[in-house]
Amino acid sequence: MGWEIVIGLETHAQLSTRSKMYSGAATAFGAAPNTQASAVDIALPGVLPIANRGAVERAIRFGLAVGATVHRSSIFARKNYFYPDLPKGYQISQYEAPIVQGGTITILTDAGEKTIRLTRAHLEEDAGKLLHETAGDAHSALRRGMSGIDLNRAGVPLLEIVSEPDLRSAGEAVAYARALHSLVRWIDICDGNMQEGSFRCDANVSVRPRGESKLGTRCEIKNLNSFRFLQHAIEHEARRQIEVLEGGGSIVQETRLYDPDRDETRSMRTKEDAHDYRYFPDPDLPPLAVSEQWIEEIRSRMPELPEAKRDRYRTALGLSAYDAITLTQSRELAEYFESTASSTASFGFGAKPVANWVMGELSAKLNETDLDASRSPVGPARLAGLLARVHDGTISGKIAKEVFDAMWAGEGDADAIIERRGLRQISDAGAIEAIVAEVLAAHPKQVEDYRAGKEKAFNSLVGQVMKATRGKANPAQVNALLRKKLAG
Amino acid sequence: MFEASLTEVAAALAARRVSSVELTQTCLDRIARAQGELNAFITVDPERSLAQARAADARIARGEGGGLTGVPVAHKDIFCAKGWRTTCASRMLADFVAPYDAHVVERFDRAGAVLLGKTNMDEFAMGSSSESSHYGPVRNPWHTDFVPGGSSGGSAAAVAARLAPCATGTDTGGSIRQPAALCGVSGIKPTYGLVSRYGMIAFASSLDQGGPFARTAADLALMLNAMVGFDPRDATSLERPQEDYARELERPLAGLRIGLPREYFGPGMDDDVRRAVEDAVAALGKLGAATVEVALPNTGLSVPAYYVIAPAEASSNLSRYDGVRYGYRAPEYADLLDMYCKTRGQGFGPEVKRRILVGTYVLSHGYYDAYYLQAQRVRRLIAQDFVAAFKRCDVILGPTSPTVAFRVGEKSADPVKMYLNDIYTTAANLVGLPAMSIPCGFGAGGLPVGLQLAGSYFAEARLLNVAHQYQRATDWHARMPPGFA
Repeated sequence: MGWEIVIGLETHAQLSTRSKMYSGAATAFGAAPNTQASAVDIALPGVLPIANRGAVERAIRFGLAVGATVHRSSIFARKNYFYPDLPKGYQISQYEAPIVQGGTITILTDAGEKTIRLTRAHLEEDAGKLLHETAGDAHSALRRGMSGIDLNRAGVPLLEIVSEPDLRSAGEAVAYARALHSLVRWIDICDGNMQEGSFRCDANVSVRPRGESKLGTRCEIKNLNSFRFLQHAIEHEARRQIEVLEGGGSIVQETRLYDPDRDETRSMRTKEDAHDYRYFPDPDLPPLAVSEQWIEEIRSRMPELPEAKRDRYRTALGLSAYDAITLTQSRELAEYFESTASSTASFGFGAKPVANWVMGELSAKLNETDLDASRSPVGPARLAGLLARVHDGTISGKIAKEVFDAMWAGEGDADAIIERRGLRQISDAGAIEAIVAEVLAAHPKQVEDYRAGKEKAFNSLVGQVMKATRGKANPAQVNALLRKKLAG
Repeated sequence: MFEASLTEVAAALAARRVSSVELTQTCLDRIARAQGELNAFITVDPERSLAQARAADARIARGEGGGLTGVPVAHKDIFCAKGWRTTCASRMLADFVAPYDAHVVERFDRAGAVLLGKTNMDEFAMGSSSESSHYGPVRNPWHTDFVPGGSSGGSAAAVAARLAPCATGTDTGGSIRQPAALCGVSGIKPTYGLVSRYGMIAFASSLDQGGPFARTAADLALMLNAMVGFDPRDATSLERPQEDYARELERPLAGLRIGLPREYFGPGMDDDVRRAVEDAVAALGKLGAATVEVALPNTGLSVPAYYVIAPAEASSNLSRYDGVRYGYRAPEYADLLDMYCKTRGQGFGPEVKRRILVGTYVLSHGYYDAYYLQAQRVRRLIAQDFVAAFKRCDVILGPTSPTVAFRVGEKSADPVKMYLNDIYTTAANLVGLPAMSIPCGFGAGGLPVGLQLAGSYFAEARLLNVAHQYQRATDWHARMPPGFA
């Protein structure tokens, strides 16, 4: 029986405002417990919420970036339930009338591009954090059997982004999550720091027989704070559900926690039936009115979006789809690439070499040192300068890598390093011919092997010439002269 | 000096005929003597009040007096005052000392007024008799076996018994107007949004509004001038140009059209109330006003709509009282759920629990549309009634309460009977209109009768004008309860 996996993702992105969604307290990560919780956040008697304009602006920016409808009027609603990390006993969220509706995210699958539809995105506040004292705990402030409540996070603005159940594999889900992660950082609404909890995904997973149009019963999986966990959890859950159904059982709709140590999902025993949250419009906050003017003003300040850049790279610069996607993984990398390419354009060569270097050497070094492209010690202008020296034959591609390493280490620009280390390529035909002659004379066996048909011998002779010139001989010329000399 | 109105007190202070310290001490003495009988106050702090009075006197001496500088004000114990116990008359907040001032308290503070104490009330403002307080019922100064009305009973009683020249209250379904009527004082609920709710412990957010008690309309104007103003901390607070609420007091009433809703003059009210109100209409007629019958056909839906919406919002607003971060926590519990249940079971009184249950029910899945949503639709219908009526009249007049004060204990066993006290008052809260109550006579047992005047949005100055002219022609507002003269 062929099974189809159906997945929808719910993502909570913490918006990068300096203060909270409904109060002026700070949102900075890592402060001492309860030092960033105002009277409003603690829900003292008599306090009232005020909506954070910056959070609303970021929600609008998201809506514009995914081509969604930005509702001119939306409603804040109270979601009522009791839990110690929820001071008011309700969360101010949005229910029937969210600020953003619809929209799409494009992902790249093995079968090509796929459009994933979004249902909606709405504004809400985060809850605080609970810390439970267990034996051997590092939280010395808590005594045995106690739970501590840190309200620093309570009230931090979140954008909840809900996708339609358009995803059909764990791989697609991860591609979507990565694309969304990249986008929220691209448009500067969220720092995407998953370790700090700024970007959290829950997956809704169900299975159905291939060809069936009705959706199967779904389970929600929580606690997925890395792309790897997201992948494994979905795969495990899909397998679990298929096993149950093939065994004649049925799926119970429930919330499950992913356990990364055991690589399995477990039913959350504390969750029973669906909560009745008794949603109603919050009487303390009037309907959120967003003017056409404000939307246009935000639209005018939007950076060029990844998709637009990708189109440009493919049509105007002739790069491949793969190159375009790789270069637009982050805005910093794309901007670095564009800056370098516009410099090299004036030197008269195309974008492909630049793309290769940015995707290759530069990205490798950036990953190694955990920097983003805007903080690269080798700036776009300098990289352009290095590539120009390859283009004009001053150095070979291989030597360029050595020069790049030196530039990264702070030894100056390409020309200075080439000079200082004497790395100029030897392109003088006469000089090379002389060395070729020496090498052939010194290695008669390889010459014989080559003439007998062993191509490997040729490579070895090339190697010897390069060794003799300490790598500086122009490889193309070496090749050509060697072949000529060997031919007779 | 205790007989003087707020206007007279303010003038005397400014002219330095009396000091704030003298005045405050007089009030404190009277409060202390009356406390056993009336139980009008929950918290008094004489040293603190006198320190404020001394500071006010110094301001006046420097020539920086004026307005309410040095005037003693009593605050309903629903307003957070920094460093003062603020209990909302509940065990849940018995030991809660507010770390900040409500916007209203700040405004009086900045004006140099003296905080006289925190007045008693129905628990969490839920009630029409001030009997549900954790600190015992408040008594009516006119007859101490009778209730003062609620939920702002302590403030009304304090002003009636001349313990304070003025006081603050809150009105969600009539909680300023009805106790004003039952205690023979003047009180006004302003247009929704004029007085900031920041620091005013929430009962029903879309209905609550803070307002003043005093002895005359002119006094209320002074109080409104101090209380009204935009507050960026309250998203429902209105930003409008500053008004002087006393500006129309002297306007003659000739040409005034008084609307008399036929639904208000039906069988609902007691005869003594009817007589006093009809006399008031006649008196206003003599001052040049004309009456016109108007229809408010959805009047009968006000109380039901109110008793769906108010408990619904309250059930959510009171969720924060869970024993976790402040306030009462049950001394013994087995686990989290047990802690919540015991804390709220023990911390709240029966009327509060009743309303939380009703509110939770009407918001719950499957009932939301039939109750809460429906009540909100009814609310709009009631508003339409008033829009139509105000095309034909300038103010709407009627009794504030269907009866005079009732005995302590008489209605407390029957919640619905208690709720029906609100038949004339809830509409103004549902629609957000300004409405006031002024004394207009006496009924059975020498208990006061109140006259309600309601206006269109932002018509406070006109309402105060009508009340002021009426008070110039009558002296009901100057009468004092025999035990406190």
